[in-house]
Amino acid sequence: MKRLINQRPSRAAQVLLGILPFALLLLAYLWASELRLAANPNDKLLPAFSSIGEAIWSMAFEADKRSGNYLLWVDTLASLQRLGLGVLLSALMGLVIGVANGAVPLFRAGLSPLVMALSLIPPMAILPVLFIVFGLGEVSKVALITIGIAPFLIRDMQQRVLELPEEQLIKAQTLGASSWQLILRVILPQVLPRLLDAVRLSLGSAWLFLIAAEAIAATEGLGYRIFLVRRYLSMDVILPYVLWITLLAFLTDYLLRVLTRRSFPWYYNGGKP
Amino acid sequence: MNVIEARHLWKEYGDNVVLENVSLAVKAGEFITVVGTSGCGKTTFLKLLLGVETATRGDLLLDGKPLPDEPNADRGIVFQRYSVFPHLNVLENVMLGAELAASPFWGRTFGKRRRAIREQAVAMLESVGLGTALLKYPSELSGGMQQRLALAQALIKKPRILLLDEPFGALDPGIRADMHQLILSIWRQTGLTIFMITHDLKEGFYLGTRLWVFDKRRHDPQAPNRFGATITYDIPLGHTDRTTLHTIQQSLGANHD
Repeated sequence: MKRLINQRPSRAAQVLLGILPFALLLLAYLWASELRLAANPNDKLLPAFSSIGEAIWSMAFEADKRSGNYLLWVDTLASLQRLGLGVLLSALMGLVIGVANGAVPLFRAGLSPLVMALSLIPPMAILPVLFIVFGLGEVSKVALITIGIAPFLIRDMQQRVLELPEEQLIKAQTLGASSWQLILRVILPQVLPRLLDAVRLSLGSAWLFLIAAEAIAATEGLGYRIFLVRRYLSMDVILPYVLWITLLAFLTDYLLRVLTRRSFPWYYNGGKP
Repeated sequence: MNVIEARHLWKEYGDNVVLENVSLAVKAGEFITVVGTSGCGKTTFLKLLLGVETATRGDLLLDGKPLPDEPNADRGIVFQRYSVFPHLNVLENVMLGAELAASPFWGRTFGKRRRAIREQAVAMLESVGLGTALLKYPSELSGGMQQRLALAQALIKKPRILLLDEPFGALDPGIRADMHQLILSIWRQTGLTIFMITHDLKEGFYLGTRLWVFDKRRHDPQAPNRFGATITYDIPLGHTDRTTLHTIQQSLGANHD
């Protein structure tokens, strides 16, 4: 018998072991839901799959009686717009400021301490400030996401630039590169895939800030809806919404990964020469 | 006319004297190999030549003028590692130098100019034996091929001097012999002035036209950094003899064991 740390599951066993916890959770839910519903048919805490299905149907494919909107899609669109805008803006700032900080010591001396200090401010603590300054509209939500993840992206990019071997930068100079050419042709293309990696890591926080902002002030959005229906204990809406958000998060992560793989083939066979 | 001339060159880091009073003159077309124990200042000397470090005192001249204190296209370099760009394929790596010169803002060329540069790069790559690997990325190349690429990349700029910092240190002995042939044929064809640092005394002894040994003349056991290294042997090669090799081996060993 081999040591435990040397025993590896076969391909099939790996898939099976991966599915197992999901299946167990599902079974546990079904069992608990059945028990509660048997005791009280009006129980709202663990709704049966049938009522969850009905709720999904009515949110996604029936127009809302009051507004005439298909709520799930309206919410999804609103949330994805805010998230996309906030993440895009942060990624852009990360790239521009991060690369400038990493590549140009004069920039770094001036901006790095500021970015460092800003990254220590808990973004949620200044959400009220954002609401006061930008109002309760879209800007403050996008701003919260940006303030939440941009400092991380900037610092990560700066670090990635500083990690490039010095030999490469010297070599580029012996090939006649100016500072600008060096940034454009040597640094930028090498940190782009790393930026996409960092964006994938920061998406979790981006969702967190988005839902927090929507929970406090919004008229539509996935986070808004969850917090709205909480008042009615509508677990049949909350649970599928949470699953939907998880699915969206998974899909964006997956798409970013595929994008990196397609666009930067050199990045995946070692990254370094 | 001397390509490189150093007059009473000193390099100190605070109290730590690395190079002391180095004076030398190098003519165009010389192939100089530099040996010495680790920490003897040979890398510091290379950095001075490269412009990454500046001398504390003394003059270092290229073609009679002071060396610019930052790297430029006059001085080509091949490091032991990380000399090539991982995000560019073999062809793009070699084209880069020419493209940067042709397009100051974008550093990229298109159309006719690009084709001309491409042709030049392909010829260069064929001459170093990489004609069949044009579209590969550096990570797909062996160590020897990566160094061939780094050479081609440096040569396309036609530098005044070529600096090699232990370029073959990480290669297998067989491949190393191939690379020696390659660098010799490049040197013969181009007439470049080459400085090659190596920690392999034999390699230094049989490859170039002139051998420098960097070592400390004086030693203070209480303050090992009190005295810096200088060139203790400056030997024209070509008619090398075993006794000299043996003497140098002894002197390097004796000082540092």
